[in-house]
This record gives sequence, structure tokens and C-alpha cells, in this order.
Amino acid sequence: MVVYALYSVAALLALAPIAILLGASARATVAVYGLSLVVTLILVIIALLSLFGYTTASSSVTLPLGLPWLGAHFRIDAVAAFFLVVVNLGGAAASLFALGYGRHEHSPQRVLPFYPVYLAAMNLVLMADDAFSFLVSWEFMSLTSWALVIAHHQLRENLRAGYIYLLMASFGTLALLLSFGLLAGPDGNYAFDAIRASHPSTGLAALVLILTIVGAGSKAGLVPLHAWLPLAHPAAPSHVSALMSGVMTKVAVYGFVRIVFDLLGTPAWWWSIVVLAVGGITAVMGVLYALMQRDLKRVLAYSTIENIGIIFAALGLALAFKAYGMPLAAALALTSGLFHVFNHSLFKSLLFFGAGAVLNATGTRDMEKLGGLIHRMPHTSFVFLVGCVAISALPPLNGFVSEWLTFQAILLSPQLPSWGLKLMVPAVGALLALSAALAAACFVRAFGFTFLGRARSTVASGAKETDGFSLAAMYFLAAACLIAGIVPGLFIDALAPVVQSLVGGRMPVQTGVEWMSIVPIAESRSSYNGLLLMAFMIISGMIAAFAIHRLASDKLRRGPAWGCGYPDPSQATQYTADSFAQPIRRVFGTVVFRAREIGDMPPPGSTAPARLTVELRDLIWDTLYAPIALGVAFAAERLNHLQFLTIRSYLSLVFAALVFLLLVLAIWP
Amino acid sequence: MAVIRDFAFQGMQMLLVLLLAPLLTGFVRKVKARLLRRQGPPLIQPYLDLIRLTRKDVVLADNASWLFRVIPYFVFATTWIAASLVPTFRSGLMFSWSADLIAIIAVLGSARFFLALAGLDVGTSFGGIGSSREVMIASLAEPAMLMIVFTLALIAGSTQLSTMSAFMNSPEVGLRVSLGLGLVALIIVAIAENARIPVDNPATHLELTMVHEAMVLEYSGRHLALIELSAALKLLLYVSLIACLFVPWGISPATAEPKLLIVGVAAYAAKLAVGGILLAVFETAIAKMRVFRVPAFLGAALMLGLLATLLLFVSRSF
Repeated sequence: MVVYALYSVAALLALAPIAILLGASARATVAVYGLSLVVTLILVIIALLSLFGYTTASSSVTLPLGLPWLGAHFRIDAVAAFFLVVVNLGGAAASLFALGYGRHEHSPQRVLPFYPVYLAAMNLVLMADDAFSFLVSWEFMSLTSWALVIAHHQLRENLRAGYIYLLMASFGTLALLLSFGLLAGPDGNYAFDAIRASHPSTGLAALVLILTIVGAGSKAGLVPLHAWLPLAHPAAPSHVSALMSGVMTKVAVYGFVRIVFDLLGTPAWWWSIVVLAVGGITAVMGVLYALMQRDLKRVLAYSTIENIGIIFAALGLALAFKAYGMPLAAALALTSGLFHVFNHSLFKSLLFFGAGAVLNATGTRDMEKLGGLIHRMPHTSFVFLVGCVAISALPPLNGFVSEWLTFQAILLSPQLPSWGLKLMVPAVGALLALSAALAAACFVRAFGFTFLGRARSTVASGAKETDGFSLAAMYFLAAACLIAGIVPGLFIDALAPVVQSLVGGRMPVQTGVEWMSIVPIAESRSSYNGLLLMAFMIISGMIAAFAIHRLASDKLRRGPAWGCGYPDPSQATQYTADSFAQPIRRVFGTVVFRAREIGDMPPPGSTAPARLTVELRDLIWDTLYAPIALGVAFAAERLNHLQFLTIRSYLSLVFAALVFLLLVLAIWP
Repeated sequence: MAVIRDFAFQGMQMLLVLLLAPLLTGFVRKVKARLLRRQGPPLIQPYLDLIRLTRKDVVLADNASWLFRVIPYFVFATTWIAASLVPTFRSGLMFSWSADLIAIIAVLGSARFFLALAGLDVGTSFGGIGSSREVMIASLAEPAMLMIVFTLALIAGSTQLSTMSAFMNSPEVGLRVSLGLGLVALIIVAIAENARIPVDNPATHLELTMVHEAMVLEYSGRHLALIELSAALKLLLYVSLIACLFVPWGISPATAEPKLLIVGVAAYAAKLAVGGILLAVFETAIAKMRVFRVPAFLGAALMLGLLATLLLFVSRSF
């Protein structure tokens, strides 16, 4: 099976020269995205076949590439197959969306060659079965996505985003490189099989864990390594933003899962504390940042950080249960995390597509300039609403199910014997609950100010509905969100082989449960049925509508808005997205962001306008990144004069270095 | 046969909550009025209001979208479903397993999500201020509620309301610190969720402090009737929830004989009456808070919930 997958990846790679040859023509757009769509769909099928075990052919291949004594190993196991489904489903949706969206691209020759290569690189990361191919594919993925981030390089902020992204991506790869280096040991056993067979000492394993959290976490967007993400994801064209946020962060999660759950052997209990803490803080910080943004795509990017936090919290729980040999509970926690991986890839892609459609129709991502689009873009607004409900973890859609499973896993954790975990898990539970509630607020704001109300600018009042391809991609994802929400049992069962291979246990079989409910542990403990809940909602809503329209009144008049008797026709009297977030800024932001409101009231008699300025500080940037940047600049300044020495000084420097090294060699035991 | 009987009980519960909800609202108003030495409106006034509203034309703002017209039905449907899933007179109803307590809270969250959107749809500043404050309150009340659910679920070993209620009725429970903390937190959350004094004032209009009423200001006619009915249902839901968890006596179990149902219904009516009186007394005795005092009030609930959960993580016997 892996052979066919590699052929498909080769086909994606071959699309790049074709794209270059075709140049900026309209045919190039259709060819690249059309063929990418076909190939990613084939890959989805291959991955599904591998996941459900319909393939008997050998699933491992060694190509004579890379290190001469190693070769390049590729393999598809259950874990890789699941993530391949996530990546290629997202890739297929993005390609379909781009068939319409890509036509509006100003300079398609800057996007088209990189797009299929980027997809291929993500696939290769998942299939790699040795550290060398893994890291090469990983770096390949970083570089192609970097090229896509700076596709619109005319904007200075995009260049800055690209620069920061490149730095952080290199840093992350460096951490992963070191982590694999430690895993492989001094003999350089880079094949995953060899790594699995070796058992690193406790201290070494701890170091690998930290390096992996840094390496994979910086790509996934864990706080405080997230700084590049909200800059880079929105800068790319929208279908690439969707891939970066919805899919590439999942490849990072895969990297973490592969190393920590698979390669590193049995976890120590305190690993889970680190992962839980990072996850919980990331979830709350991500959504708080998201609430403070005006840029629609940046809101979505920060919300990705939040969801990555939720996923890592679930993974941390799974680690805790695994460390204490509780495979059933570990299976529940891991299933909830992986199900959230799948769910988030669906709704985040959907939301980025919606933001892309809005950007195309209006030319702006600033929510303060949008509004009223529900009248002019009815389909886009409907699917965007579906995405908002799903990501806010509201039933009957899919976001709620994975959240619910996570809470069920948390409720199992008092059985953990460690005191540290006993105190940590409820705190993380509270953080997750807080982030879920804030996410709902965040998406009321994102939807309300983009699509509802009155148009806040002329671009918003002149917007047109987006094209058919884009809508097809968005409707497909919206339907997937609904299906995963109402029959989650199917998805939980599909995850069973993945979970089984990672923690040695699985959740009970869900497909046989009555009425397609899901029962994570036992029926007396908890059960949930999205299908039935949705049916109840529809039926009772219909009954109410029918009864009232039949028995009472169905008359309707249109009139000006009431507004307590003070309606004002000016659109400027509406609430703004900033003022909507003001109460939350006041409650949480004064601590987290040192938010300050500075009112500037002119003296009596003056006709100057009063001003209210809001000051927000990004404490993580100020305390972590700014000092590092300053330090680097300072060191560069100091070292700069080394470039202007005389030849004598250079010779003496070389001589001194030689003597020093010889001394070291002499003294070295 | 058993299926039909179960179905009938479920239907009975749905009708019961729907019919009782306005009565509870009317009852609280009446008691409040009597406490203020006023005559007060008759008990059935909420029913009359609802009938009057449904007969009137809907006046819709010019730029209201389809969403604005759908939301009242959605909010009503979700609140009604949630209220029907909380055990009132009989536990273990036919569909009680379709949503546990976490799911019921989330269903109510859906209703609020859409109601907040409705506040933003017409594009008036009142709607915006209402939605903005509502989500701020919710952002604290919801996690507090979840922590309370965690507390109760850890004690009862289940998030299923019927099981929890049965466990609370059993002698195993005893007096626990965490239960006390949970009860206080739950009452705070219930007050905030139902927009009662001191968080919000259900009787106010044209006042910059209003939250819930500002959000639904643009609604009229049958839409407003549905929203009012949903608010009444939500109040009933929270009283039933507190009753079935903390005073579960009298709820007839699923296996009981039919004549015990009468006891169940009577006990339920008594609990509602007591809950209504307590609410009215509390509201009369206290003044409304400033909006920015509310976070501290709800933060206390969140901390109490967290503390109760922590205690249970430390030892199951707290």
C-alpha cells in the first residue's frame, strides 16, 4: 500500500514542474488544483484502506535515497494512516476550494509550484519510518509552507511574518534533530525500528521529551512557542492558511505522538504534568488572544492555538494513564485527543475557507469593516455559522463530542495515584472549561461582526456570493462536521486500531450500541446521542413553529429597528468588535495582557474629539522574544568588528585557535 | 407495551415542564409582589402575556436576516429539550440517556450562542451591549457550571442525571464539604444563567444595566413569546436541577409502581414552590450589582466549584 502512496506523492511532486511550465495561465490553476484534488482523494482512499486493515500487501518500503548506509524507510501503520486521512481530506477540500478561489490570485506562479510540493511533504512526514527521512520531509514541509506564506510579499507584514516563521521553523527542526540524535544514540540507529528497540535511560528520555515538546510544539503552536503562528497562517492565501492551521499543526501533533507515545517507550508519570500544563495554558491563552483580534484570519489562527492546547491536554491525560498502566482510560483520553485532531482539521479548514471567501468578496479581513454579509453571501454565512457552532463545542456538531470525551477522561483521573496529577488534572479541567466558554464568545464575535448587523463599509455592502467550487468545498466540510457530530461512534471505532497500537487498549465498541449512542465506559456512567438530540431539536422546533403559525398569528411586518426608541440610521452607531470584547478584556485582559484604557477627554469648550485608546501588551513577546532578539542584535553588533581586522590579527586568531584546540586534545582524557 | 408507557412518561414530562414553566415565573412574581406589599398580577398572568404576544403581528427590523427569525424557535426547542431531560417527578425516563448533564449544559450553551447572535443581527447598540455582556457572564458561568458537574459526577460516579439523582437519594452520600460548596456555586450560577437579581434584572427595561433584555430588545410578537417562554423554561430547569440533585426525595424511580407517580408529582410541585419562594425572598433582599462586580460574583462560583473538585481528587470522602 505504501508503494501506491509513494507513487501518489511522486505525482504531487511532479505537479510542481508542470506548474512552472504553465506559468501564470488560468489553465495552470485548474491543472494544479484539479490534479491535486484527484491525487489527495486517492491518498485518502489508500489511507482508509490501511486504517481499516483491508490491505495485505507489505506496508513498508526502503528506497535507496538519503544516507547511503540507511536508505529511506517508508511505512504506513495505523497511526500514520489516521493522520494521512486527516491531511489528505484537508488537502482535497483545500484543492477543491482553490479551484474557485485560486482564480482570483494575483500572482499564481508564486503559489502553484509550491502547493502540491507542500502537500507531498506533509504526506512524506507521516510515512517516514526513519529519523533522517522524517527530518528531511519535515524541513521540506516548513520551507514550502514558508514560500507560500510570503507569496504576497508586497506587504511588509507578510515578509516579517515569513522571517519570523523561518526562524521559528528552523529552531523547531533543530530541537527535533537533537531529539532524534539522542534517541538514535552514538551508533546512529536512525531507523524507527532500531529506536523502538533501544531503551533510553530516564534522564535521556526526559531530555528527548522536552526537545520534542519544543520541536513539535513550536510547529503546532504551543504557548509560548506560538509567536509565529498568528502572523504566518493569515499571511498565506486562504486555502493555504486552511492547510497550515487545519492540517500542518496536526502533522506536528503526529510528530509528538510518534516520538512520545511510540518511540520513547514507557512514559514517566511527570511527563504528563508538563504536557497537561502546557496544553491547558495554551488553550486559555490562545482563545484570549483570539478575542482581542480584529483581523478575521488572525482570530482563526489564534483559535488554532487554543485547539492545539485542548489536543495536548488530552494527550497529556493519555500519557498519565499510560504511565500508570491504565490502558482503558488512556484509550479514552487518546481517542478524545485524536478525534479532536480530526474535528479541528474539518472545522478550521471550513472557517478559513469562509474567511477566504469573505476576503475575496470584500478585500478586507478587518471585522470592523465588515458586517451584514449574511444578506449578500447567504451560503458562505451559513457554512461559516456551522463551523462556528462546531468549533464552539456546541451540540449536535462534532466539536462537542471530542470535548465531551475529554471531560469524561478527566472524570476518570481521580484513580491516578500521583499527588501532582491529582492537583493538576482538575486545574486543567477548569482551564479547558474556561477555554470552551471563551471560544463560544470568540465565535459569537467572529460571526456576529463579519456576517450580522449592518454593513460597516462600502466594500461590505457591495459584496457578492462566492463561486461554486468554494461553496462545494465548504458544504462538504460542514456536512462532515455534522456527520462526525451525530454518529461519532463510527469515528471512535475507526480510531480503535490507532489507539490500540499506542497505549495498548481501546474504547468499547460503539457501533452496536442502541440508537447509535456513544458510551465511553458504561451506560450507567455516561452516554451521549447527538443524532437523537438533533432530531429532538428539529421536531420540537417544527412543532412550535407549526402550532404558533396555525393557531395564533403568522403575520409579519417590516419596519425600522426599534433600538429602545432611539434608532440611528448611521452604521457607525453599531456595536464594534472591539467594544464587544471590552467586558472580557476587562475581566481577563487586565491580567493577561496588562490591558489599559486611556481616555482622552478634551477640556470643556474645546471642540476636539475625545479619544479612547486601548493598550494591550503581549507579555510573552515582551518577556521572551524581545530580550532574545535584543541579545542577538547586541552580539551581532559586538562581533561585527571582527570583520574589519587586519591580516595580522586574523593570522594570530587562527594561531590562537589552533593552540587552544591542541591544548584541549592534550588535556582530554 | 413497556415502550408505549415509557414514551408516555417522556411525553408527560415534556408537557409538564412546558405547562408549569410560566406558572413558576408567575408565582415568583406574585411572591415578590406580596413581599413588597403589592397585590401583584394574577398567577396566570404569564400565560395571558404569552397568548397575547402570539396573537400579535411580528414587527421585524428592516435588515433582520433569516437567522433572526429562526433563532426564537431554535432557542425554544433547545431549552425545552434540556428541560425535558432533567428528572422532575420520575427518573430514568425513556430518552434520559441521550444526553448527560454535560450535554444538557452544552445544549443550553447552544441556545445562548444563538441568542447572542440574535442580539447582533439587527445592528443596534442595545443588542450589541446585551450580547457582549451575556457572553462575558457566560464565559465565567459555564466553566463554573462544569466544575460543579465534575464535583457531582465524581461523587456519584456518573454524569447521567438519573443515576446521579438516584445516588443522591441513597444513604451512601452523607454530608460532604464538596456538596455544600457545589450547592452554593450552583445557586450562584443558576441566578446568573437566569438573569435574576443581583446579576441582571428581569423586570427592567430602558436601563443601561440590562443584559438579557437588551439582547432580545428587537423581538416582538410570537418571537418574543417564544423567548419569554424559553426564559421561563430555563428557570424551571435550574430549579428542577437543584431539586433533583440536592433534594431528590420523592422522585419516583423508573421501576416504581404507577401510584408512586402521584407522590413524585406532588413532591415536585412542593419543591418548585419552595424554590420559587426562596428565589423571591433572595431577590427582594438584595440589590442589583454593577455589571463589573458580576465577574467577581461568578468567579467565586468558579473557585468554589474548583475547590470542591480538588477536594474530591484528594479524597473521595470529602
